[in-house]
Amino acid sequence: MAPPTRANPPTRAKRRFLRPSVIPGFGLAFGYTLTCLGLIVLLPLAALVTRASGLGLSGIWEVATDPRVASALRVSFGVSLVAALTASVFGFLIAWVLTRYRFPGRKIVDAVVDLPFALPTAVAGIALAALYAPNGLVGAQLARVGIEAAYTPVGIYIAMVFIGLPFAVRTVQPLIAEIDKEIEEASATLGAGRVHTLVRVVLPPLIPAVLTGFALAFARGVGEYGSIIFIAGNLPYVSEIAPLLIVIKLSEYDYGGACAIATIMLGISFLTLLAINLIQAWSRRRFGYV
Amino acid sequence: MPGATERTGGSTAIRVENLSKTFDTAAVLHDLSLDVRAGELLALLGPSGSGKTTLLRIIAGLDFPDDGRIVFGAQDATKLPVQQRAVGFVFQHYALFKHMSVAENIAYGLNARKRADRPAKAEIKRRVGDLLDLIKLSGFADRYPSQLSGGQRQRIALARALAVEPRVLLLDEPFGALDAQVRKDLRRWLREIHDRTGQTTIFVTHDQDEALELSDRVAVLAKGRLEQVGTPDEVQEAPVSATVLKFLGDTIEVEAIAQGGEVRVNGRLTPVAAPEGLVGPIKLYARPWQLQFAEGDGAHLEGVVRSSYRTQGRQRIEVDRPEGKTVVVEAADTNRFAAGSPVGLRIIGGHVFPN
Repeated sequence: MAPPTRANPPTRAKRRFLRPSVIPGFGLAFGYTLTCLGLIVLLPLAALVTRASGLGLSGIWEVATDPRVASALRVSFGVSLVAALTASVFGFLIAWVLTRYRFPGRKIVDAVVDLPFALPTAVAGIALAALYAPNGLVGAQLARVGIEAAYTPVGIYIAMVFIGLPFAVRTVQPLIAEIDKEIEEASATLGAGRVHTLVRVVLPPLIPAVLTGFALAFARGVGEYGSIIFIAGNLPYVSEIAPLLIVIKLSEYDYGGACAIATIMLGISFLTLLAINLIQAWSRRRFGYV
Repeated sequence: MPGATERTGGSTAIRVENLSKTFDTAAVLHDLSLDVRAGELLALLGPSGSGKTTLLRIIAGLDFPDDGRIVFGAQDATKLPVQQRAVGFVFQHYALFKHMSVAENIAYGLNARKRADRPAKAEIKRRVGDLLDLIKLSGFADRYPSQLSGGQRQRIALARALAVEPRVLLLDEPFGALDAQVRKDLRRWLREIHDRTGQTTIFVTHDQDEALELSDRVAVLAKGRLEQVGTPDEVQEAPVSATVLKFLGDTIEVEAIAQGGEVRVNGRLTPVAAPEGLVGPIKLYARPWQLQFAEGDGAHLEGVVRSSYRTQGRQRIEVDRPEGKTVVVEAADTNRFAAGSPVGLRIIGGHVFPN
């Protein structure tokens, strides 16, 4: 009786970690994954936090409460949030149209969606700036109705929507394509109109994917630099984004300050993504029961 | 047959008139007419591609015909949108709403109504409870479809369709995705539900056993045309065409000669009568049990036993005929036939059709 009891716990623990599988090479693949993750993701982040911790908690707090930094963080996260919302709504519509309808040029439109992915961000920034500047094609029209796009947070918003859109489209598109036609037909035979079917039957299972797209667009918006700085005007307290402030600190050789802002951004981003993930997990339980 | 009319009342619930439908270039329904009686359980039976599902979808309003009319009672429903037809439709793959619980699924049709027509919350709850009792899934109200077996899901789909009290219940291969045992149970159960509710029901199937066991009447479709409508007994005893006969079960084809109302095989008289005017070489169709082993002059056909096997108290013997065809004969499981032994076969029944 004694030997099995002694032998049991370790085997059970081992079995839980590594289940027998027909796919070989778990050890190698897992080790490789961990190494890559460590070298590429965790090591730089650790270095960043280490550097910032040189300032101490009070030092970081001081940086964070600096009015210019606080304003830049507000702009970065606030505008990203609104831009990600916008990208989610329009991205969903684009994905819907691309998957549900057949029209000439559909393939081309579908390819165009990926352009913000592929375009160097500086190119996008210059193009947007040229377009939305007060003497630009769109900017002039906007100016006539009293909207200043370039060199204001509106410009930042436009750039963030632009770069976030592909994420919002590509995450929901495959799910829209998978919607079972019979589900909609079943709803119709039960007397439900189009709108009721859409709201009650078609959309709820898509919510988790929409949230994923939102999270990706948001993360991309927070981290975006190249396409924004050309159109933002970078006025301190108005249209200055946090990544730009980091660059400014670096050019002033204030590595500690740069790392402090970076760490704060990292922390906020982490918390935001965690919150989105929790909502997602909840919505998956609620709506995505597959 | 009188019994069937008595039970179904006989009044027409749905009239399908001269329906035609073409998809792209292929015609799927040709000038098809069919009356569905109130309260009956009608099977649309046919091989795949016979147009039976298209017909069902047109009745439901999920497809629209190129020509012809659909009449519900006295109302022309041809152009009526699906939402207003008050049909219950059950799909082969259930089409349940996966993000809704069982109770929400069943209540869906009631909740989708305009506020003025919608029953009170308590009333909906009571109806859902009754339906769950009917489908014998009372404890499952809060489960989700993914937590149920295929048979349970299909029962939920049926309850969901019944909840709106449809004029007609339409089932598209309802048991097609289920395994054999569950399918058998569900068949019997559907028959019970139908007997209890008296709901006019049309179901599509390609399984002749299912159609013959379950339905009051069978409509046999082939290549977009209605071949025959009748009670299971009628279509089996008096099939109108070789297509119907072949589709309803295993068939043996034998070359025969018709003359003067008689049918002869290899010059020997068979008990099958030829319809008036049918003269010349024809085909005689017989079921496996309409051939008996016989010797000498009693035999219409000759052959050599190739193999035999037993199934459910009967014996099935494959016999190679001299001209190369193989026929399967069914006999009582008494004396076994060794492979290679020559045998004679006597035709004791069958059907002939005008060419």
